Amino acid sequence: MSIWEYANPKKFMQTSAWALPWVTGLAVLTLITGLVWGFFFTPDDFRMGSTVKIIYIHVPAAIMATGTWFMMLAASLIWLIRRHHVSVLAAKAAAPVGTTMTLIGLFTGAIWGQPMWGTWWAWDPRLTAFLILFLFYLGYMALWEAIEDPDTAADLTSVLCLVGSVFAIISRYAVLFWNQGLHQGSSLSMDAEEHVSDVYAWPLWVAIVGFGLLFVSLVLIRTRTEIRSRRLRALEARERMA
Amino acid sequence: MVELGKYAGTVLAAYGITILLVLGLVAISLRRGARVKRALEAQERRMAKNG
Repeated sequence: MSIWEYANPKKFMQTSAWALPWVTGLAVLTLITGLVWGFFFTPDDFRMGSTVKIIYIHVPAAIMATGTWFMMLAASLIWLIRRHHVSVLAAKAAAPVGTTMTLIGLFTGAIWGQPMWGTWWAWDPRLTAFLILFLFYLGYMALWEAIEDPDTAADLTSVLCLVGSVFAIISRYAVLFWNQGLHQGSSLSMDAEEHVSDVYAWPLWVAIVGFGLLFVSLVLIRTRTEIRSRRLRALEARERMA
Repeated sequence: MVELGKYAGTVLAAYGITILLVLGLVAISLRRGARVKRALEAQERRMAKNG
């Protein structure tokens, strides 16, 4: 059995129909567990007070924001190289999920930053790259809507995805490239100095898994919709020509 | 109930916005999914009837 079998829309629809209830159920379970654990059963931080609880939504959302773009990059490359429609439809389906995650990262970051840094926003390398990534998401979705021919739209959005990957990389690794800015290093870094205490790290990992599963669930739902929508357009075109 | 102290507004706003955005995305995805599925089924039925 090869992974390319799932490039067949029929096979994808069959497998995703089976997987979707399991993935969705696990997503709800892990999300609730991680967020309830983090929100209700972890202590305040001695410097940040109760705002530390924002970590359970801000960090997973930020990871998913850049992770989604990397998934879209992989799917776009598969489209450009192998011309599998399901892959580019999955990229298209993932974009609104990534946009929402980026928006959550920006909002929660600003809300958290105000009491901790004394400002809602700073033109810090990571924050700026994250904002540009958000604009790339909007541009990507607008490009899909602007082009009538689906294959041309797929080609152009895939190229845009390649270009935008630079900002996805910068937003994730900016703190390593530039030793400046307000944003601290990775909360789950291997470096013991940067790594958050285990009491926060465990529920954070559960929340990250929950956000990841929510992403998979939403992308499956939305990809199934895109496949159906593509088939609907094809049938309507066939009916018009008959 | 958890004690959030002077940052209660900050923490609750962050969670509130997140829940709102996630639920909005889920609702939009499910609604569009159901609409497209219904339209496709109707189209397939019509084409099967018309041969």
